[in-house]
Amino acid sequence: MTWKQLFTSSIGKKFLMALTGFFLIIYLIVHAGINAMIFYNDNGETFNKAAYFMSRNFFMRFLEIGLFAVFILHIIQGLLLWKKNRAARSIGYQKQNYPAGIKWYSRYMGWLGTFLLLFLVMHLYHFWAGTKNEMYFNGPQVNLYYEMKDVFTNPLFFTLYMVGLASLLFHLLQGFQSAFQTFGINHRRWTPILKGIGIFYSVAICILFAMMPVSFMAGWLQ
Amino acid sequence: MEHYNMNLTLKVWKQKNATSKGKFETYEVTNISSEMSFLEMFDVLNERLIDEGKEPITFDHDCREGICGACSMYVDGRAHGPWQKNTVCQLHMRAYKDGDTIVVEPWRSGAFPVIKDLMVDRRAFDRIIEAGGFISVNTGNAVDANSLPVDRAKSEEAFNAAACIGCGACVAACPNGSAMLFVSAKVSQLALLPQGEPERHTRVLNMVTQMDKEGFGNCGNIYNCEAECPKGISVENIARMNREYLGASLSSDI
Amino acid sequence: MALDAKIPEGELEQKWTNYKDHVNLVSPTNKRKLEVIVIGTGLAGASAAATLGELGYKVKAFCFQDSPRRAHSIAAQGGINAAKNYQNDGDSVFRLFYETVKGGDYRSREANVYRLAQVSGNIIDQCVAQGVPFAREYGGLLSNRSFGGTQVQRTFYAAGQTGQQLLLGAYSALERQVALGNVEMYSRHEMEDIVKIDGKARGIIARNLVTGKLERYFGHAVLICSGGYGNVFYLSTNAMGSNVTAAWKSHKKGAYFANPCFTQIHPTCIPVTSDHQSKLTLMSESLRNDGRIWVPKAKDDKRKATDIPQEERDYYLERRYPAFGNLVPRDVASRAAKERCDAGYGVGTTKMAVYLDFADAIKRYGKIEVSKRGLEDASEENIIRLGKEVITEKYGNLFEMYEKITGENPYDVPMRIYPAVHYTMGGLWVNYELMTTVPGLYCLGEANFSDHGANRLGASALMQGLADGYFVIPYTLGSYMAGEIRNSAIPTSHPAFEEAENAVKERIEKLMSIQGKESVESFHKRLGKIMWEKCGMARNEAGLLEAIDEIRLLKKEFWQNVKIPGEIYEMNPELDKAGRVADFIELGELICLDALNRRESCGGHFREESQTEEGEALRDDNHYSYVAAWEFTGDDEKLHKEELHFDVAKPSQRSYK
Repeated sequence: MTWKQLFTSSIGKKFLMALTGFFLIIYLIVHAGINAMIFYNDNGETFNKAAYFMSRNFFMRFLEIGLFAVFILHIIQGLLLWKKNRAARSIGYQKQNYPAGIKWYSRYMGWLGTFLLLFLVMHLYHFWAGTKNEMYFNGPQVNLYYEMKDVFTNPLFFTLYMVGLASLLFHLLQGFQSAFQTFGINHRRWTPILKGIGIFYSVAICILFAMMPVSFMAGWLQ
Repeated sequence: MEHYNMNLTLKVWKQKNATSKGKFETYEVTNISSEMSFLEMFDVLNERLIDEGKEPITFDHDCREGICGACSMYVDGRAHGPWQKNTVCQLHMRAYKDGDTIVVEPWRSGAFPVIKDLMVDRRAFDRIIEAGGFISVNTGNAVDANSLPVDRAKSEEAFNAAACIGCGACVAACPNGSAMLFVSAKVSQLALLPQGEPERHTRVLNMVTQMDKEGFGNCGNIYNCEAECPKGISVENIARMNREYLGASLSSDI
Repeated sequence: MALDAKIPEGELEQKWTNYKDHVNLVSPTNKRKLEVIVIGTGLAGASAAATLGELGYKVKAFCFQDSPRRAHSIAAQGGINAAKNYQNDGDSVFRLFYETVKGGDYRSREANVYRLAQVSGNIIDQCVAQGVPFAREYGGLLSNRSFGGTQVQRTFYAAGQTGQQLLLGAYSALERQVALGNVEMYSRHEMEDIVKIDGKARGIIARNLVTGKLERYFGHAVLICSGGYGNVFYLSTNAMGSNVTAAWKSHKKGAYFANPCFTQIHPTCIPVTSDHQSKLTLMSESLRNDGRIWVPKAKDDKRKATDIPQEERDYYLERRYPAFGNLVPRDVASRAAKERCDAGYGVGTTKMAVYLDFADAIKRYGKIEVSKRGLEDASEENIIRLGKEVITEKYGNLFEMYEKITGENPYDVPMRIYPAVHYTMGGLWVNYELMTTVPGLYCLGEANFSDHGANRLGASALMQGLADGYFVIPYTLGSYMAGEIRNSAIPTSHPAFEEAENAVKERIEKLMSIQGKESVESFHKRLGKIMWEKCGMARNEAGLLEAIDEIRLLKKEFWQNVKIPGEIYEMNPELDKAGRVADFIELGELICLDALNRRESCGGHFREESQTEEGEALRDDNHYSYVAAWEFTGDDEKLHKEELHFDVAKPSQRSYK
């Protein structure tokens, strides 16, 4: 079994999805942690410092390339799997029902992922292409905190961010425990605990992110 | 149990052969007893169609007691119909009431081409077993059966996996058309038993390779396979197969 | 032709060993040139095809189902016997042999049965090695249960799905040979005829059921492993597709058909509910270990079962057979149920059912659990709850199945059961080598007649199928094949193939050309009704004569008035069924003829003229201690007798009183 055979097999592909997905799950913790610095409510001072570090530190930018690679791998692989799965049933059912207990979002990982991709494009445009890179070249006079406030107080963007986060929530709810199943971890004793952690993580991270636009919109943050 | 009779409307997929295009036909059936099985209701309809000089509906069925795995109908959007842990031959008409409309379709999967009407070709499953779903022991080689004690709990788990009837409901019900539950049930059975140990690695690699070749979809951990499996085969087996596969491929020499 | 069973010389215990020591062998290089055709992929067929493939023969295996794994062996529930004596309870090869001969009411061949008992242990070893997950004890060793009233625990089982697990074991061995290229598998193919060249079986004509095309296949030998003919009764526990066609075509090409009237009616099946019923479902015999069978003492009692007090119930098996009670052999239990129902004591809507009641067992087990767990003053409710748990553990899947079919919960109300056709002991006559009267044509498993005499004991069908396929035919086939090594494969363009194919084609065209008014199913039902009423659990001369007349008329009508839709060259299940029913009709007549000839009661065959004053079966060893082997002469059936000799298991009248 060569590496190529492994990663082109159905289970290998899923393994890759789970591996990259799990990496992204960890990344989200870092992302949320840094962004949460806005809640110091110090006019973005702490947050801007952290953002400055993240955008100017060479090592951080190097890691960012890795992050992009993982994102791209996850996205491309996901889309390819979606295509393959659709091809596996060229003629669909006229009528389709699911028994109770089948989570709707588990069936829509592809769609949720696509929403997230669109969201990501917007998100990168807002906070990476312009702001973060601007900071890289122009230094601390760029105030990322204010740019964030600008975006989040715009009703259209506010709504889109909320929709994006909702997609993320369901994508994570399915993705977190899915990853463990793909790694082969399904145990009568431990899986319920893992599932609990997964739900806690997904909800917590999404609420934390959602609080950012909400706080700006509600005027809780200056 | 109270018995009653009912009239029903059936929308059934009709397709002359593998190459022709199929379509739904609507049939009215009357005076169906609640005591009949779903397939007996089809028998009644077929008898009438023959009598009227029309083509009866072709479907796979054999033992009619839920064990051979031949019957395979997608009934109202559910593999084997509305009852859980059940094959369509064991579905009884008391599940319906007078005036119901029922949509009946064949298993839909690129790897299970339609032969005629509701009958599909499931030889892909045989080919997956051929690839490694066995223990290579020629007749006469065996040692005394009790010379090899087997952990009772593992043996029971192996039995639970081995209870698979190979009907293909898992593939039919999976939104991705994946055959992981079927393949993992056999991989699990043999991985759980000490007899399966010598071929443990090659077995899982070969069976998964064959599964991929057949054109089944990929598992999305939706678990509709488990929910619709007439024998309640657990998705724990899929996790075990993933584990076996990763272990086997990562420890392989090349 | 005189029947030569070819039983080897020597003491009974030594016959098989002697045979194996002296039988001709075929060298590996020669095996590669020899081709074998196997019809049917149940326990016998799959195990034979796999084993012969392992030995190096070129095997072609055929089944009418979409996959070899669907053969009806899969439905066997209870278990498989083997004289392992793992329980240290005094079992031995001799005891298994003796009980099988006795259980078969002294109508089987001693040498065959002894060999069966001898290889029974090897079967378990082989299946375990294949990964068959038999039930085990906590120490990891195999578990056994007692089955069908035997005094030793020799039955190996895998929950209520033993047949399934054994078949999947044989199927996986078969698929392994397919992958290795030793076996070619032809699914959705039906054997339509045997091709004979110079008196030997040399191939078959098969119909590809998907395309409807006829195909020719050559084999140096042909093995018929196509199962029993219980569907001649229309309603049986057999699968819908189970048929006699392969065996019947063989019979018409010269293979004698032995003891066709020996059919087994299983006592515990779910009763018929309506005219639309397409098949009957067996409830494992093991249920009789705990269930008590009864009917109300009053005729036409309208009360619910649970409302009838103990003293108004007739536990008729316990009353008639105090020694064995509810565990009397199948034939006895079946007839007793019929007797009660015929006398007007039946229950349920059709009045053709008796109760199988678990209430006492639930209470008994509940009390045991209570004392095990040290629960003092347990309420009645608690006892019942605990008892139900024990029952669930033992029979859960059967109770679930019963509830699915009937909609009634057997934990709360007694099951309703009635006997149903289940197994056929009769079949193609074979000698000790399993060869029929046609050289090169073999018959294995339920399709042959050899091991069960007039009645099969529980858990021995699986044993016989696998014994024949794994351990007998690999040796005995060599004896014939050793003489074939100089004969190269005959091309299927040979005139004999041409002729056979044309005959098959003509028959199919004839069937399709009739376009009458009555469906195949309807004819089958009518045949079943005649058979069940006149040649079922009890038979008498007048009834059998009537049955023969009626079947002859039915046959005539069938060939004038059957209506088959569709076309020949396409998937056409109605046409497949028509061919099978046409054969069943002919077989039905032979069964009645055989039943008429055998003016004695033995095993599953009960002639009303031959019974004791108490209504028990009366065997007649002076006149009928033979195998009735019928030869098809073209327009008639000619009887040949193979006298049976019992040197070791001396016949005695069975008594379960």
